[in-house]
Amino acid sequence: MTNLVEIRGLTVEATTDSGRWIQILKGIDLDIAAGETVAFIGESGSGKTTAAMTLLGYARPGCRISGGTVTVDGHDMVTLPEKDRAALRGTTVAYVPQSAAAAFNPASTIMEQVIEVTRIHRLMPPDEARRRAVALFRALSLPNPDSIGDRYPHQVSGGQLQRLAAAMALIGDPKVVIFDEPTTALDVTTQVEVLRAFKAVTAQHRIACVYVSHDLAVVAQIADRIMVLRNGAVQETGSVHDILTRPAHPYTQELLHAFHPDTGGREALPAADSGAPLLEINTLSAGYGPPQSNGQPLVLAVKGVSLQVKRGTNLGIIGESGCGKSTLARAIAGILPACKGDIQFNGKELWHSARQRSHDQLRDLQIVFQHADTALNPAKSIEDILGRPLTFYHGLRGKARDARVDALLDMVRLPRALRHRRPAELSGGQKQRVNFARALAAEPKLILCDEITSALDTVVAAAVIDLLKELQRELGLSYVFISHDLSVIEAICDEIVVMYRGQTVETIIPADRQPPQHPYSKLLFSSVPKLDPTWLDTLNIDADRMRVA
Amino acid sequence: MKTHSSTEPRASTGSLTAWSGYRINLVGLAAFSVVLFWALVALFAPYITPHSVGEMIDLDYFGPMRPGLWLGSDYLGRDMLSRIIYGARYTVGISLAAVSIACFTGVVLGMTSAVLRGPVDMVVSRILDAMNSIPSKLFGLMVVAAVGSSIPVLILTLSVIYVPGAYRFSRALAINIDTMDFIMVARIRGERLPYLIASEILPNIIGPVLADLGLRFVFIVLLLSGLSFLGLGVQPPYADWGALVRENIGGLPFAAPAVIVPSLAIATLTISVNLLIDNLPQKIRDRSAS
Repeated sequence: MTNLVEIRGLTVEATTDSGRWIQILKGIDLDIAAGETVAFIGESGSGKTTAAMTLLGYARPGCRISGGTVTVDGHDMVTLPEKDRAALRGTTVAYVPQSAAAAFNPASTIMEQVIEVTRIHRLMPPDEARRRAVALFRALSLPNPDSIGDRYPHQVSGGQLQRLAAAMALIGDPKVVIFDEPTTALDVTTQVEVLRAFKAVTAQHRIACVYVSHDLAVVAQIADRIMVLRNGAVQETGSVHDILTRPAHPYTQELLHAFHPDTGGREALPAADSGAPLLEINTLSAGYGPPQSNGQPLVLAVKGVSLQVKRGTNLGIIGESGCGKSTLARAIAGILPACKGDIQFNGKELWHSARQRSHDQLRDLQIVFQHADTALNPAKSIEDILGRPLTFYHGLRGKARDARVDALLDMVRLPRALRHRRPAELSGGQKQRVNFARALAAEPKLILCDEITSALDTVVAAAVIDLLKELQRELGLSYVFISHDLSVIEAICDEIVVMYRGQTVETIIPADRQPPQHPYSKLLFSSVPKLDPTWLDTLNIDADRMRVA
Repeated sequence: MKTHSSTEPRASTGSLTAWSGYRINLVGLAAFSVVLFWALVALFAPYITPHSVGEMIDLDYFGPMRPGLWLGSDYLGRDMLSRIIYGARYTVGISLAAVSIACFTGVVLGMTSAVLRGPVDMVVSRILDAMNSIPSKLFGLMVVAAVGSSIPVLILTLSVIYVPGAYRFSRALAINIDTMDFIMVARIRGERLPYLIASEILPNIIGPVLADLGLRFVFIVLLLSGLSFLGLGVQPPYADWGALVRENIGGLPFAAPAVIVPSLAIATLTISVNLLIDNLPQKIRDRSAS
């Protein structure tokens, strides 16, 4: 027994509604040495979390480990009785969940929950556990390590909570820690801090890690080896360097390719484009809550933003969550009427509220929402969903409508046979395409895209972006593209506006290759993980200090 | 893979798979047969009655079951079978009319309130809450006392009584749907209220609304029978099942079928409708987005 973890021929089965068992993990072999970090990477549904969970001897309800062995530190987690498995969890194997916010009990203090493991396993007296926890908080570079444990989960930020969840996992001195997409829900600027803290602590204690993620760039920073999974089978296992430079499997190549979005294919702006801008916003403010005495809403999410979109060009709006970028999109679309400022669209002043806008104005300005799941009516067929705007805006019926629906499906590269299906019968990427096709059906001049690729896997998102670019060439559209993902925005936008705390801090034109000037944009741009494995170690920006500035 | 599994035959008994994956439960099938039976009886009443409804053909009153008078005779010696068959017309017909009006009005108002919110929602909700606070039987008594009992009055009264319940139920369902992005998309497309409620919201709540309709039908049958039993419902010479029980209550000491059979008829109809709703195919019951 040389390896800490040995997985041999592991299969996991899941039961279907009709009681049949189907294999969701199809024979996995893996060794992890002490102190080594192995990343499981793959799209959603690839079985990466299921595989990681077997290290705990755990299979989700409706699933069972049907074959193979999972040996962790000399114990076979598959055959061990549940009571003995429970004894190993937290002391030998620990787990850090994706959403720390959901993993903490909001009703008790952080310290109580962090040292709970030591109480359950009777590892050490509470005072000693508290001292250990504070040392861990310090090692994870949390602010105020001595007092942060007295707070409640809602009193700390998302990034801090994620590090506290790691402290909870590490306090029992485990030999293996499973990180299940721990930074996926975080902003890029926060992600850097969290990754750095994880890396330092696990290296210091020589803890073996299993890092589950769909983000190849993040994984490149933290892992020694990468295992690429797809449909429950291992596609490729290799060192980070090998996978990044010499991917053998087509799927791995696809994953890598998705990381180098094709920024070409977009000509520079036509020089003679001196016409009036398509969309012009002047000192627009919008917010939520009842109006106050000064006429402004209680919480002002967008504060005096001005921007322009020229015909046939794309504007990107980027910023961390809560910076007001989605509110801005809603104010432009008229969903949330702005309280101040004006919106000029296609040479005419727009009403703040969509209700007062004309039929043509509504048609020319379409918005596509982030979650295709909720943006498509589950009770209607794709045909009805796409057909309604055709009838509503263009009066198409019968054969003409059918032909147009077919044309729209062709445009977004979906098979025509999908028209009779309902949204629940489509994959995430297909739904997002239908969502987009519905906006195209109106034949708009401008489409507001609100984080439309955020819920998609990297490979699928890259395909959607390529599609958007192609459609723009064919139809002469403009996009306002809102995202927190810089690589997506860089791939498609002619101009990028950086938003921070409800205001625009800087406008960047990627074609000019000018470096960002504003300190926040600098931080944001430098925080985007690069595929280069040494990126995190050489990055020399202290995000915390930046934030205070 | 998961999506195709619903057509997979299950090993357990008690269910069979029919058209396009609708799994039909045997209890539900039995209940459906009973409901269908009473519906057909009500529909074809004039063609299947063995005797005229008002004709006194038995020399004795509260006669026992015997060939020719299969369900005995009532307190005037009339054929009970014919009276039950005609009673089905009134009980099922009045209740169906009332439940249709109640649910249509309630569901349309409920969805409208959920979509419009604001003052409309406020006013409609408070008015219907106030109506909900009046005990249903008292309300029925009051209306019948004020304007007298006739079939249109009964239908209207019963539907007014059950509008607030249908309203509350559908409003609660519609509010959940109203927060979805696809409603927002339809709004900023410029869609108007009728399209929003009929095309975007209704298909997503139709399953629970249908189940609610069945339940309300049962309540109305019971309330109508109760009113008739008190003499305030369907008036002689017509008689629904509730009125038949009251007419023949004198036969109770003689164990006359005349008093038991209409009670059984009420019970079979209401219990079957209940069982039918509980055993509706999953595909219909779960047609709700939330």
